[in-house]
Amino acid sequence: MLKGHYSFTIILKITMKRFIGFIKKEFYHIFRDKRSMLILFGMPIVQLLLFGFVITNDLKDVKMAVVDHSKDEYTLEIINKITSSGYFKLVENLDGIAQVDEIFRKGETKVVLVFEPDFGKNLVKGSHASVQLLTDASEPNMANMEVNYLQGILQNYNVEINRGKRVPNQIVPQTRMYFNAELESVYMFIPGIMATILMLVSAMMTSISIAREKELGTMEILLVSPLQPWQIILGKVTPYLVLSFINALVIVGMGYFVFGVPVLGSFVLLMAESVLFILLALSLGIFISTVSDSQQVAMMLSMFALMLPTILLSGFIFPLRNMPLPLQILSNIIPPRWFIVIIKNIMLKGTGFEFVWKETLILIGMTAGLIALSVKKFKIRLE
Amino acid sequence: MDSKISIKDLSKSYGDVQALKGINLDIESGELFGLIGPDGAGKTSLFRLLATLLLPDSGSATLCGFDMVKEYKPIRNILGYMPGRFSLYQDLSVLENLNFFATVFDTRIEDNMEMIRDIWLQIEPFKHRLAGKLSGGMKQKLALCCALIHQPKILLLDEPTTGVDVVSRSEFWQMLKSLKAKGVTIIVATPYMDEANLCERVALMQDGEILSLNTPAGIISDFGRDLYAIQGKDIYQLLLDLRTYPHANSVFPFGQSIHYTDKRDAISPSELKDYLISKGQYDIEISKITAGIEDCFMALSQQNKVQA
Repeated sequence: MLKGHYSFTIILKITMKRFIGFIKKEFYHIFRDKRSMLILFGMPIVQLLLFGFVITNDLKDVKMAVVDHSKDEYTLEIINKITSSGYFKLVENLDGIAQVDEIFRKGETKVVLVFEPDFGKNLVKGSHASVQLLTDASEPNMANMEVNYLQGILQNYNVEINRGKRVPNQIVPQTRMYFNAELESVYMFIPGIMATILMLVSAMMTSISIAREKELGTMEILLVSPLQPWQIILGKVTPYLVLSFINALVIVGMGYFVFGVPVLGSFVLLMAESVLFILLALSLGIFISTVSDSQQVAMMLSMFALMLPTILLSGFIFPLRNMPLPLQILSNIIPPRWFIVIIKNIMLKGTGFEFVWKETLILIGMTAGLIALSVKKFKIRLE
Repeated sequence: MDSKISIKDLSKSYGDVQALKGINLDIESGELFGLIGPDGAGKTSLFRLLATLLLPDSGSATLCGFDMVKEYKPIRNILGYMPGRFSLYQDLSVLENLNFFATVFDTRIEDNMEMIRDIWLQIEPFKHRLAGKLSGGMKQKLALCCALIHQPKILLLDEPTTGVDVVSRSEFWQMLKSLKAKGVTIIVATPYMDEANLCERVALMQDGEILSLNTPAGIISDFGRDLYAIQGKDIYQLLLDLRTYPHANSVFPFGQSIHYTDKRDAISPSELKDYLISKGQYDIEISKITAGIEDCFMALSQQNKVQA
């Protein structure tokens, strides 16, 4: 009994020593390969900055021209209100409607505001005045948003000048944007980028690094050694678990400090869910490596099987409920779809585990399934 | 400990290609054994089977008494395997590679110095160089070092000297000799016939079969015929003329001369010379030589083809 116990601790010690040796080797590989380093640390930051600053849907300083046929205090006040909102910037006063076509064709100016003649007079006397909003709809989403913003400003002004007067039967909607009061698109991108980066780093990098051992023939030597398959897999995967976790911290940190995206819920829960998602992506990477013999194949598989669905079908960029039904159903098997729901809930809504346990359970199930599949498919021999 | 290898009726196919056709082979404990044959002879397949990397279609083999299929785990502890392709981590230094394989086998470089000292002394000056930046000969020495780090009982070396310069090759064989003295059973595959003489016994392999199994001297003495080296001005024309000679048994180009055997037991070189001169050849030199392993191999493979 005592002897058995003794040999068990020895085995444990040997296993630990092998494990540490393997991980050390793995870190040498990663730190000596510029390409790996770039994907690991350069890409998250670049993607974050790109999505955060460049690919933004928010309105800011949209160039606006005005055709003011009235030129009275009311039109002046409205224009003032619009330009002081920060969303629009007055660049030009046009003489007539005929110039609008030309100015849109130049492409700089996106919105034109047209006031009818005697706008102020009509407003006071007839209590009805018209203003026309013209937008360049070659970018339909932006055009829509510009019209909405302008209407909002005009609506406010309308309410303001009617204050104290009795207006019969008027419905005044009071809107409030929950969880993202400023409608900042970066709120949307942080969860999406987190899912994409963790998927890419974890799955692609592990599948490539295992496939590289096969391609270069070193897997042959590892197999002939006394290492168990799970030891090889664990050794390959652990460094990427650590690095992916650091990436998750960097993304959340940059989101908070650079873009002001809050973490309303529990930070610990957020990180725990991230680790779960990383594990899922790692097991996906192992699975991909068991079916590919070269780095090239592993990379292509990761790209097509992971990257595109992660970006397109996860609800990251395109809302799921607008998709055709078959794609909506397909999105259910895409892990990032659930992960994005979880982190949005925790970060933006501040909800606890009781609201994300279902999604968490789905991720756990997927992870277990993939690990079982990979262990079954991992070969102890060459064929 | 007894580190014999015995192989019985081992067969392996890849789809339609039969890589090994019922190999039978017994290798004694502490023997330096050579597998000689051209590319595609089945040497690598045999190695991968013995290294427990492939499963046989039929037949069996035991290494140190362990069954190749069922007891693959203990075999992996006592086996040193050096694949034909350089299979170490090119982005790790010499020392890092060696340390890694030592940890994998739960040992340390210092503990095995006795085993690897001769080799280590040669690669030590480059211990901080990345393995990928070593010369071909150095790479092979490092690979051998890594394969030896756990003091294996059996060493499988798949073409360790292919692509290695002459000096490094002879150094490498010196190392194998000293390893053999330490009691390691070594099987070396090589396409170089001249290396056969350095083994205790060799098996000549072709198309998945063993053509001949003997000591190098035994194989040469089995070469039944008189062998002549013939030199002339126009080697190519000489080759064609000899092949049309009615009594010719075998005619193979061999460096700057042609190796020739006759169908008759006794021949007169002058008669052959006259024939060649009548064909327009001049400056003919004919000399009787003793056969080398390559001559034996050529003769055996020709016989084999005729039978098949």
